Amino acid sequence: MTDVVMPQMGESIVEGTLTKWLKKPGEHVERDEPLFEISTDKVDTEIPSPAAGTLSEVLVEEGNTVSINTVVARIEDGGNGATRPAAAAPAAPSPKQTAPRPEPPAQETITPTPAPQQVEDAAPAGEPAGPLSPLVRRMARENNIDLNRVQGTGAGGRITKQDVETYLSQQSAPAPKAAAPVPQPARAAAATPRPASPPPPAPLPPSVQAKARIEPMSAMRQKIAEHMVLSKRTSPHVTTVHRVDMTKVAKMRERHKSDVQSRYGFSLTYLPFVTRAAVVGLRQYPLLNASIDGNNIIYHNEINIGIAVALENGLIVPVIRGADEKNVLGLQHSIVDLATRARSRQLKPDEVQGGTFSITNFGSFGSVMGTPIINQPQVAILGVGTVDKTPVVIDDAIAIRSISYLSVTFDHRLIDGAMADQFMTKVKQVLEDWSEDVL
Amino acid sequence: MRSCQLRELGRVEYAAALELQQELAAERKQGLICDQLLLLEHPHVITLGRNARAENVLAGDEILRRAGISFFPTDRGGDVTYHGPGQLVGYPILDLREWSRDVGAYVRAIEQVIIDTLADFGIKGGRVPKLTGVWVSEQKIAAIGVHISRWVTSHGFALNVTTDLSYFQYIVPCGLTKPVTSMARLGAQASVHEVSRSLAAHFGRVFDCEMLLETAIPAATLE
Repeated sequence: MTDVVMPQMGESIVEGTLTKWLKKPGEHVERDEPLFEISTDKVDTEIPSPAAGTLSEVLVEEGNTVSINTVVARIEDGGNGATRPAAAAPAAPSPKQTAPRPEPPAQETITPTPAPQQVEDAAPAGEPAGPLSPLVRRMARENNIDLNRVQGTGAGGRITKQDVETYLSQQSAPAPKAAAPVPQPARAAAATPRPASPPPPAPLPPSVQAKARIEPMSAMRQKIAEHMVLSKRTSPHVTTVHRVDMTKVAKMRERHKSDVQSRYGFSLTYLPFVTRAAVVGLRQYPLLNASIDGNNIIYHNEINIGIAVALENGLIVPVIRGADEKNVLGLQHSIVDLATRARSRQLKPDEVQGGTFSITNFGSFGSVMGTPIINQPQVAILGVGTVDKTPVVIDDAIAIRSISYLSVTFDHRLIDGAMADQFMTKVKQVLEDWSEDVL
Repeated sequence: MRSCQLRELGRVEYAAALELQQELAAERKQGLICDQLLLLEHPHVITLGRNARAENVLAGDEILRRAGISFFPTDRGGDVTYHGPGQLVGYPILDLREWSRDVGAYVRAIEQVIIDTLADFGIKGGRVPKLTGVWVSEQKIAAIGVHISRWVTSHGFALNVTTDLSYFQYIVPCGLTKPVTSMARLGAQASVHEVSRSLAAHFGRVFDCEMLLETAIPAATLE
């Protein structure tokens, strides 16, 4: 016989209300199976049974409040007649995963979720990113489903039980065209390996369904959308483009590239040079490093530069804090560190906050020039085009130089074209007459 | 230092968020994932805690349906509450065995996170003896309702940022007849997103964990 007592749920808690019995007297209960629920201070807690056996006696009715360690029930464990008081599980946690589990095999079959190791072993290779519930994994295993083919409709694109069921019903439907395993070149939408799943919000008529696929935006996509619209609505955007001769910087870069690679393990790109030049420009023209608050101008004393990083399905702008205190090497180090952690989703919230100016390096994707959107509440953003060897006229002679187009988009509420161009002239001058040490 | 993954989910239907919580809680119990903090908004919904009394929902089904409010019984503690746009909802999925096996301390810590967050926006929030939640001069600004199973928490708190308070007319919030308020009502010009950022930072500090960011704040891009 095992006594079941009201567990102690915390230092300051002396009593609890028994809100619900999950088993009736006479019913069998497994050890660790939820037995009753208690309520303390707006917290409801499920209390697992301290032992396996038959619930022989219920001593406290639902709705009653009793002090801790009060016996609320007894469990007949059959055979063993000795009574030992046992606090219910929160005070005595279930065995650690790492410890060997000498439990009877019968328990494994009743435990609602399989042991984690089992799940990991059986998880299909190359399953989609993001956590999957044990239930979904099991369903996939039992039905031999490649979860990459299942469209997730849960929060953050997670695959839910319902998604798996929907997928299964589509599979069993006669001639499921959309679920064809090979992409059909005739249809652009079919180029993705996922089958077209019926849109949850508003199902389209079958005729339209064959020509389109609807899926909900991820939370990140929604935020990007919101942010972009907000920025365009807030600031009158103007972009000005300057042509910059990067030949000197290209030479500096060539000279130090292998040294930086071997000593620090990352490559030296054009971006830290441009960032450094932007810092010099911002020091001279602090209005581009400001924000607007009502009818006031906030001049930021710090120069914190956001660097746009492309992610697989979105983008993020981590911030180099105190960018004016770093040299080219320090800036490159920060850029590599932030970009790497952005891609592995290891950024801390304060690393994407507090930017005062942003740089977006679309040149790395081959773009010659672009017109970026301002990252609110900032007032300007610098876009960097590719660096290409280009024939240019110098002193009436044609020369081959490394040319890049830099564009700055600015908020015309605060900054006029003349100032933006003065800023760009400064940036251009720093880059063309590069004189600072790199290391 | 323990890690806590921050998931900013945007606007999520109550049922979808509930399912996500249950999945994450199951994974947390098995030690497959670290602690989680879900921050989100719900569309209009009225939820009932385990101990809720039906008479605290003042409006009938028909009125609620016409107002576009759905209705949900849940397994959290507490009575009736309303969620809707402009309200920052937080669902911490924590294994309290790794923090403190103390339900009371947990609820007080959640209150502290909210009080510290409010302070960032110039609002002085506090506690009312014997009542759970956060209050600003006798008006309720944040509600708390928690479920715990094997020391793993689910459900959590709801902080009114720019909530349209007229929706509370349909219920007696948490069975109390005290008035509700919001940060906007108290003069703070903050979006749910800004408050969520501040709250995540305070959460990390109060619960002594490193907050890992899953979804991101996007910003500048090419057109």
